[in-house]
Amino acid sequence: MDLAELREIGEKERTAQKPIRVHCCTSTGCQAANSLGVKKNLENTCKEKKMGDRVQVVGVGCMGFCGRGPLVQIEAQNKLYEEVTPDDAASIIEAIAGGTASAAEGDPEHPFFARQMRIVRETSGKIDPERIEEYIAVGGYEPLYKAIHDLTPSETIDEVSKSGLRGRGGGGYPTGLKWATVAKMPGQQKYVICNADEGDPGAFMDRSVLESDPHRVLEGMAIAAYAIGASEGYIYVRAEYPLAIERLQKAIKQAKKYGILGSQIFDSPFDFKIEIRIGAGAFVCGEETALIQSIEGGRGNPRPRPPYPAQEGLWKSPTLINNVETFANIPAIIREGGAWYAGIGTEKSKGTKVFALTGQIRNNGLIEVPMGITLREIVEEMGGGVPNGKVKAVQTGGPSGGCIPASLLDTPVDYDSLVKIGSMMGSGGMVVMDEKTSMVEVARFYMEFCRGETCGKCIPCRAGTVQMYQMLTKILNREATLQDIVKLEQLCDMVKNTSLCGLGMTAPNPVMSTLRYFREEYLTLLKDSPNGKVPAGTAASITS
Amino acid sequence: MSVVTLKINGVDLAIEEGTTILDASKEAGIRIPTLCHLNGITDVGACRLCLVEIAGVNKMLPSCVTQVAEGMDITTDSDRLQEYRRMIVEMLFSEGNHVCAVCVANENCELQDLAIEVGMDHSRFPYRFPEREIDISHPQFGIDHNRCVLCTRCVRVCDEIEGAHVWDVAFRGAAAKVVTGLNQPWGTVDACTSCGKCVEACPTGSIFRKGSTVAEMTRDRNKLEFIVNARENKQWTR
Repeated sequence: MDLAELREIGEKERTAQKPIRVHCCTSTGCQAANSLGVKKNLENTCKEKKMGDRVQVVGVGCMGFCGRGPLVQIEAQNKLYEEVTPDDAASIIEAIAGGTASAAEGDPEHPFFARQMRIVRETSGKIDPERIEEYIAVGGYEPLYKAIHDLTPSETIDEVSKSGLRGRGGGGYPTGLKWATVAKMPGQQKYVICNADEGDPGAFMDRSVLESDPHRVLEGMAIAAYAIGASEGYIYVRAEYPLAIERLQKAIKQAKKYGILGSQIFDSPFDFKIEIRIGAGAFVCGEETALIQSIEGGRGNPRPRPPYPAQEGLWKSPTLINNVETFANIPAIIREGGAWYAGIGTEKSKGTKVFALTGQIRNNGLIEVPMGITLREIVEEMGGGVPNGKVKAVQTGGPSGGCIPASLLDTPVDYDSLVKIGSMMGSGGMVVMDEKTSMVEVARFYMEFCRGETCGKCIPCRAGTVQMYQMLTKILNREATLQDIVKLEQLCDMVKNTSLCGLGMTAPNPVMSTLRYFREEYLTLLKDSPNGKVPAGTAASITS
Repeated sequence: MSVVTLKINGVDLAIEEGTTILDASKEAGIRIPTLCHLNGITDVGACRLCLVEIAGVNKMLPSCVTQVAEGMDITTDSDRLQEYRRMIVEMLFSEGNHVCAVCVANENCELQDLAIEVGMDHSRFPYRFPEREIDISHPQFGIDHNRCVLCTRCVRVCDEIEGAHVWDVAFRGAAAKVVTGLNQPWGTVDACTSCGKCVEACPTGSIFRKGSTVAEMTRDRNKLEFIVNARENKQWTR
C-alpha cells in the first residue's frame, strides 16, 4: 500500500459517513451504565424514523466526562447529552429534527472541555475504535508512512528528542534519549514493549486510550520499532481490561489485513509484528524488569538495574519499553514535528498529560491538559471543585505519589514541581479529597495496596510495607504513641532507600507526604493525646 | 584482563575488571553482610543487606550485583548503612517465627550470625507470629516455613546446580513462600532427586535433614561452590 491508497481508504470512509453522526460512548465506564442499551435504542429509533440516510449512530471511545455517562454527542449540532438512559434515545433522535430531548444537556463549552488540549485524545470519542477505516479517515497511519518513507530512523529519533517528550509512565525519562540508547545498542534482535499494565488506584487513562483509540498506540509502537530497528513488539495489558484487549486484538488484525503491520509495511523493507500479552493483574508487573520477566513466562519479579532493559531486556536483547500514553503521543509528534510539540507545556515538561480526575469532585472523568496548568485550575475550574465543602488535598501519582494540601494548589503540574512538593506525576491518577477525609486513613489505604502488591522479593518492601500498615492501623486505633511516629518515619526512610524496585522505593510516599503536610492529624490520633490535643511539650520536638 | 583502581572505605585497591564490589571487598579483607548471596549461584540482589554507598551515586547499590568501575569511591559501613542493615535484620526476625532455642540450626545459622553482626539485641518492630506450616512429607528432608527468610537460595541452587527446579516462589507480599513442585507436598514431587543441595544452601534452619535435633545441623557450603568450579574448570579435587 502506498500513501495514495491509504488516503483513498480515508476518502472513501469520509464520503460514506452521514452528515449527522450521533456519537455514543462505548468505553468501559459508560458501558457499565448501559450505554450499549442506549446505542441500540438510538439505532432502532433511527431506523423507525427512517433517518438512516442522513443520521448515523456511531459507537465511539471515551469523551472524557465519565462521571456523567453514558454520554451521547451530536457534533454537527454541538450538543452533548449526559446520563442518557435507553428511554431517552428516541427523544434525542427526534431532537435532531427539532424536538426536545428528555436527557440532560451538557455544556460542551464548560471549562472541563474548553481548558483541555487534546493530542493523545485528539480523536478519542470521535471515531469508532473498532474500525481502522475511521482512524485512517482522520489521518491515521500517515505519520507512520511519513516516518518510513521520508525520515531515516535517526531522523525519527531526532524528532522525538526535539519534542522533549518524557515517559508518561511516571518516571519521566526523556523518550528520545531512551530510543536513541536502544537504537545504538549492538545486536540484530530488538524489541518494543508497550506497558499497559496500569494498576494505580484511581487511574484509568491507559485503559481509555486503548479502548478509544487502539490504532494510535499501534502506530506509535510501529514508529518506535522503525526508529530503533525492532521487528517485534509486545503489548502487556492486564487481564482486568477485557474491552481494551478485545479492541486491541481487532485493531491488530485490521492493521495486518491492510499491510500496516506485518511484513514489508507500506512496501518498505520494514517488518513489524505486535503480540498481546495478558498480565494476571499484579501491580509490580508495571515495573519494567518485572514486566519483561512476566512476558518471558517467569514470575513477575523485578531484578536489579543496571543492566537496564535498553541494554539487556526481553530475552537478553535490547528492549524499548514505553507506556501507552507515551506511544500515543508519537503519531502527532511525527505528523506535526518535534518543534511543534516542544512549544506546548513548560520548559522541562513538554506537551500534554492525561489525568483521571476522580474522588470528591463535581466533574469526574478524563482530561488532557497542557503541562504547566495549575492544580487549582484543574480541580476548581475544570473539576468544578468539591460538591460539599472545600478541597483538603489532591493525591497524584497513585501509591507512588503523595498528597498535596489545598494550600499548594497553585503548583503547576509538571514533573519537577510535583516532585519538589513530595508527590509525583505518576501515570496520571488525580484523586481529590474533601475536608471530611482522614489523611491517616488515606495513607493506610495506599499502604494496604502496596502491602498486597509487593512481590515479596526484597525484604524492605515485603516486610516494611506490612510494618508500616500495622503502625498506621495502630495510630488509627488510638493505640500509638509519639515513639511510633518516629519509628514510622525511620521505616519510611529505610524502605525508600533500600528497596530493590520502584514499588518499594516509592511505597512510603503517601505516608511521608501526609506526615509532612498533615502531621497534626497524626498527632491528634495518639493514645496520649487527650481530647484530640497534642500533649504539650512533647510535640514540639517532633513536629518540626 | 584489565584492572581498575578504586577505593573501598578509603583504601586504594586494584581490582580485576568484572569483579563485583562484594568480591572486591572480600579481596580487600572487608566484610559486607549478605544473606541471599551464595558462592556458586547467581545473585539476585534481594536481601539488600549488602547495599553500599558510592560517592556521586545517589542510590545505594547492592554490592553482590554491582561491578567495580574505575575511580569508584565505595563506603561499606557508614552509620546509615549499619542502621538500615540492623532494621532489615529486625524485620526478618519479626516477620517469621525465629526461635533459636528450639532450632536445628542454632549456632550454625546465618540469620543468627547476622543478628550478632549488626548488633541486634532486640527488635523494635512487633513480632507478627504468622501461621505457617511445616512440610515433612519428604522421606529425608523437611521444610519449616516459619524459619524461611525467602532468600531463594534453595530455588536457585536446585535450578542452577542440580538442574531439577523443584523449588519456586509462590504468592506475593507477606503471603509469599517457597514451594516445591506446583505447591505440592515435597514428598510427592517426582522432580526432586533428594540431592540435598537445598539443605546445604539454606541459611537458616528452614530446610533441614530429618533426624537432626536442636543445634545439630551443620552444612558444607563449599560443596556447592566446589561442584560449580569442578564443572566449569574441570577440577574435580578439592
